[in-house]
Amino acid sequence: MARPMTITEKILAKHAGKADVKPGDNVWIDVDVLMTHDVCGPGTIGIFKREFGEDAKVWDPDRVVIIPDHYIFTADDKCHRNIQILRDFVTRQGIRYYYDPDFVNANEGSGMPSPYRDPTKTNYKGVCHKALPEEGHLRPGEVLLGTDSHTCTAGAFGQFATGVGNTDAAFTLGTGKTWVKVPPTMKFVFHGEIPPYLTAKDLILAVIGQISVSGATYKSMYFTGEGIASLTLEDRMTLTNMAIEAGGKNGVCDVDDKTLNYVKARSTRPEWEVFTDDAGAAYDYEFEWDLGVMEPMVAKPHSPDNKATARACEDTKLDRAYVGSCTGGKITDMIMVAALLDGQQVKIPTFVVPGSTEVHADMLRMNIRGEDKKLGEKSIYETLEAAGCNIGPSSCAACLGGPKDTFGRLNEAINCISTTNRNFPGRMGDKNAGVFLASPLTVAASALTGHVTDPREFVSEPIVTGSAGLV
Amino acid sequence: MSKTIRGKAYVLGDDIDTDQIIPAEYLYYSMTEPDERKQYARFANSGVPAGQRGLPDGNIPFVREGEFTSDYTVIVGGRNFGCGSSREHAPFALAEAGAKAVVAEFYARIFFRNCVNGGFLIPCETTQRLVEEVTTGDDVELDADACTLTNHTTGKTYELKPLGDVKPIIEAGGVFAYAKQAGML
Repeated sequence: MARPMTITEKILAKHAGKADVKPGDNVWIDVDVLMTHDVCGPGTIGIFKREFGEDAKVWDPDRVVIIPDHYIFTADDKCHRNIQILRDFVTRQGIRYYYDPDFVNANEGSGMPSPYRDPTKTNYKGVCHKALPEEGHLRPGEVLLGTDSHTCTAGAFGQFATGVGNTDAAFTLGTGKTWVKVPPTMKFVFHGEIPPYLTAKDLILAVIGQISVSGATYKSMYFTGEGIASLTLEDRMTLTNMAIEAGGKNGVCDVDDKTLNYVKARSTRPEWEVFTDDAGAAYDYEFEWDLGVMEPMVAKPHSPDNKATARACEDTKLDRAYVGSCTGGKITDMIMVAALLDGQQVKIPTFVVPGSTEVHADMLRMNIRGEDKKLGEKSIYETLEAAGCNIGPSSCAACLGGPKDTFGRLNEAINCISTTNRNFPGRMGDKNAGVFLASPLTVAASALTGHVTDPREFVSEPIVTGSAGLV
Repeated sequence: MSKTIRGKAYVLGDDIDTDQIIPAEYLYYSMTEPDERKQYARFANSGVPAGQRGLPDGNIPFVREGEFTSDYTVIVGGRNFGCGSSREHAPFALAEAGAKAVVAEFYARIFFRNCVNGGFLIPCETTQRLVEEVTTGDDVELDADACTLTNHTTGKTYELKPLGDVKPIIEAGGVFAYAKQAGML
């Protein structure tokens, strides 16, 4: 009988062709899906050609997914050139899972691209970590590598997913393999149901604040308990998304009906395997949390582990609010923000960026209860616009600063509260800007007051998200 | 892999993330076109706040304004060096500027992996905190085989942790060279 193993150990053992593995083992594994985007794709392709040859073929064109998302809405020629490198590569390689920003003209001097007019009529998707599940590329039990540190988001689907650099990605592109050191697992158990004023963002900021930005270095973070079961699948993605902010190699959640309903409706392949932790599996660290006593949290500048309760920061004046990214740009995030802003006016400039064109389309289609809006009802989009929000097209946008003309970028040393994931110096632009990370509820409440605000002042009942994000 | 690396030290603090090593606004430069790749050298470590650049005094640029080569060969860091974004542009930028090695208490894993697999820099772990032991500009010598860092300016020698499992990949010059030597490619 094999030794008791965790989900992560079982997935790695299966992909290494071994009966069991243990933390510290170095193993070569088969990769199921490799994802790249416009910032790291050109470099990865360059290394692939250098090492395997100009005419070499990728190991499996149906297992390579390319999602341009970072530098799309900028006038910079080099960004457009980089998208053209992806286009040429997918054409030559016969890669079908490529989501082209078809409104970007790669001619020199083509200027700021006009965004898609209708989010349902473009091949472009937006943020890769949101587009991956939407387009059916995530499945329980699989191994996903991506040239982006937030690739760990996919662990919410019960799979092993981690970020890699260009060289690693190029190696996998040619061979379908990579080497990994099997990580020990840290177990985070959440008791109780998620209350209406908390989101997964508060949970992960509390965890990172406790273990620090390096507390999970080289380790797997396993989130479990009825508290996690009570989260929507989208909110679980917020949790696993930020495993990297504690240094984690991956984050992972148990698979349940919420996961399976979504995957069954979306997956490009019909098969997957659900793994669970064995009784007696060994953990490197265990901690239990009670959702009933947790409070809305923020991470103050300039580190995701600089934790405080939102309540304790109420004296902090803000200059801007930002809603978007793979962490906080999903449709359920938009519903939470819209529910608080409905009929109100924001006090500070508030920028909203849908995480994908599907989120954008849902914002136009749905009312603030996550249902198809009826005649005369306002959409989520209209609700946010009426509250004074400035809404941009889907992309990574200002989450990582980007080129100077990026929508929402912090070009001055101002204070911004944001639903994004990282607030080291300069992350959203100016090195001296102060970024407060918070949940969509806390960001919306703060947008209404102009200072850091505990959302409990605004949320008394559960925010209904209807069918949003379910399948 | 050369046995020893000698040159000037550049000292940084804790949790230096890859946005500080190479800010996102420069990531559109090509990593293969010579005219563009030198921009990575130009902007290496340019995201570090001024007071934290080149400790203990700060305000020392890693690469002087308008130049493409650094005076510094060995970067000395604290805890969790290279955290944050997975961008391989970070170790690439440091190496393009002329750095050969980093010594830090420990690394964020993707940065460490990128250093090793891309053959950009030797990432050594220290057995004690060196951020307060070394001054930017000190003449230091790294011996990767003996696992030591000697500060010739102060005359002190410090023990480093063995490179362990990744040593053969570093010695080969990266994961591609290693896989070719091992007959995998």
